Amino acid sequence: MTTDAPLLKVTDLSFSIGEKQILHNVSFDIKTGEWVSIVGPNGAGKSTLLKCLMRILKMDAGDVRFLGKAISHLSQKALATRIAYVPQSTGVVSPFSVREHVTLARYAHLKPLCGPQKRDMEVVESCIAEAGLSQLAGRSVSSLSGGERQRVYLAAAFAQEAQLLLLDEPNTFLDPKCSFDVLQLLQNANKNRETAILSVTHDINAAAVCSDTMLALRGGEIMYYGEATSFVQDAILQKVYEAPFSFVRHPETGQKLTLPWRLS
Amino acid sequence: MSVTVSRAGFFAVLTVLFMATLIVLPFLGASTITPWDLLTSATDAIEREIVFSIRIPRVLVAMLCGAGLGLGGMSFQSMFRNPLATPFTLGVASGASLGAALYIQIGVVFAFAGISGVTLAAFAGALTSIAVVYGLTRLRQELSGNTMLLAGVALSFFFSSAIFFTQYLSDFTQSFRIMRWLMGGLEVHGFGTVLELFPIILGGLLVVLYLTHDLNALATGEEEAIGRGVNVARTRNLLFFSVSFMVAAVTATCGPIGFIGMMSPHICRLLIGANHRYLTPATALFGAIFLAWCDTLARTLIAPAEIPVGIFTALLGGPFFLWLLLSKNAGHRF
Repeated sequence: MTTDAPLLKVTDLSFSIGEKQILHNVSFDIKTGEWVSIVGPNGAGKSTLLKCLMRILKMDAGDVRFLGKAISHLSQKALATRIAYVPQSTGVVSPFSVREHVTLARYAHLKPLCGPQKRDMEVVESCIAEAGLSQLAGRSVSSLSGGERQRVYLAAAFAQEAQLLLLDEPNTFLDPKCSFDVLQLLQNANKNRETAILSVTHDINAAAVCSDTMLALRGGEIMYYGEATSFVQDAILQKVYEAPFSFVRHPETGQKLTLPWRLS
Repeated sequence: MSVTVSRAGFFAVLTVLFMATLIVLPFLGASTITPWDLLTSATDAIEREIVFSIRIPRVLVAMLCGAGLGLGGMSFQSMFRNPLATPFTLGVASGASLGAALYIQIGVVFAFAGISGVTLAAFAGALTSIAVVYGLTRLRQELSGNTMLLAGVALSFFFSSAIFFTQYLSDFTQSFRIMRWLMGGLEVHGFGTVLELFPIILGGLLVVLYLTHDLNALATGEEEAIGRGVNVARTRNLLFFSVSFMVAAVTATCGPIGFIGMMSPHICRLLIGANHRYLTPATALFGAIFLAWCDTLARTLIAPAEIPVGIFTALLGGPFFLWLLLSKNAGHRF
């Protein structure tokens, strides 16, 4: 089910800090149920782009529309019911229990001076179950492992019931199994609820496998914007990362993937 | 376990203690007056005067101040996600102290609407420091938490030196009065102070209660809070001004009793967790009860002399807090 108007339409978004231009005329769309991965070298402006979309940073110029409505006209609360954001893990640990942490993600749906309503708690419990956290719901977030914490943060983002998730390196710092669990969880949400995803990652192979579309940034400008499967090519990766890559085909799916470098 | 004691149990204990504080403390003091004494005494007896004009107002003022300081500390700790942040860290207390010190040193005596000059001067000093911290932060275009905290700490040091300098210039009597003010005290007569403080503390409490969801979101991080839909700039401004105003009023009344504001929220957080829906009323109740008992003990233990309450709160609360901090389960809460 893809509507005509894109879920999110970004036109000529620019952002600078002082004299330094971080993002320059970035334009792209996200359709309902689409998974777009943003890749690119460190300092390319990937995280900044997410922060501009969540209005954590104020863009200098450009137009961002959610289902045709300019996000600058939405209150932060209204924006949070449409777009949820999971920042890069910063080492800041939530002081709450898992259930409390997921409940507070309902902020945009809660009324001041009132506790969470029945419907809020239903959503919270179903998101906790979806992330496989039912056994851990009473534990404090700070007592969990990195992989478990990442699933808590995703469950919290799900609880916002937003149609678009902005994820900043969701599987960085995770072991292969935890990384797989997180990506599987995201893919289920993406497929079952048609939640659109815009995720920043350095994991080119995972991005090529999971996402529909790839957006590559370098120096704040778009280097590639197109199908994820055609991204993994020597010429394109050279242009984005200015580094040589070697490739291999997946033995089962035949998809082209990058290989780790051999050190000289 | 995320919660060390059950919330319901903790609130039951707090409620009982709250009632006991209100009922028992007015009868304790340099002379113990029993309810029987009151019933049997003449209407103009000194016992009546002591209980109704001195002790009951004093207990109520202590409770209001304790609640206000606790709420102030809790809001600032959560808002800045810094366990050391309180309105005192941001210069409210040193501003108030400088105001009081200057008033005492200059020696002009005035009062307005029944409020003593030293209280008014301290209040003005506290408001000045709030305005300066806010102004300094605005210069940087953004209301970043750490900028604000550092500006407040720097201002506190500056004011502390100014207080010492004022004391240095003062004569012996003035110097003693300044030092005595800095130790904190809750001497009140009649219900005037109670009536002045009550709306201010109630207002502060309502603002904090209105923002409990915001505080919960902010406690997980600023960017996270924005992502949940919190208008962080608005929340922070609203909390900063209303809480600072409340603590300025408290400090002007009872002097810089900083310890309550720092420790009440921590003690409650250790016992029932960080959810502000419960932490807010718990901290207010705990602060109220704790300061009222400290004040009663301070004026009873070596009666007829009084230990300054500011000294007593830290002497009593410090070891208790350390014990809680070092007990099992506490480590991951900070």
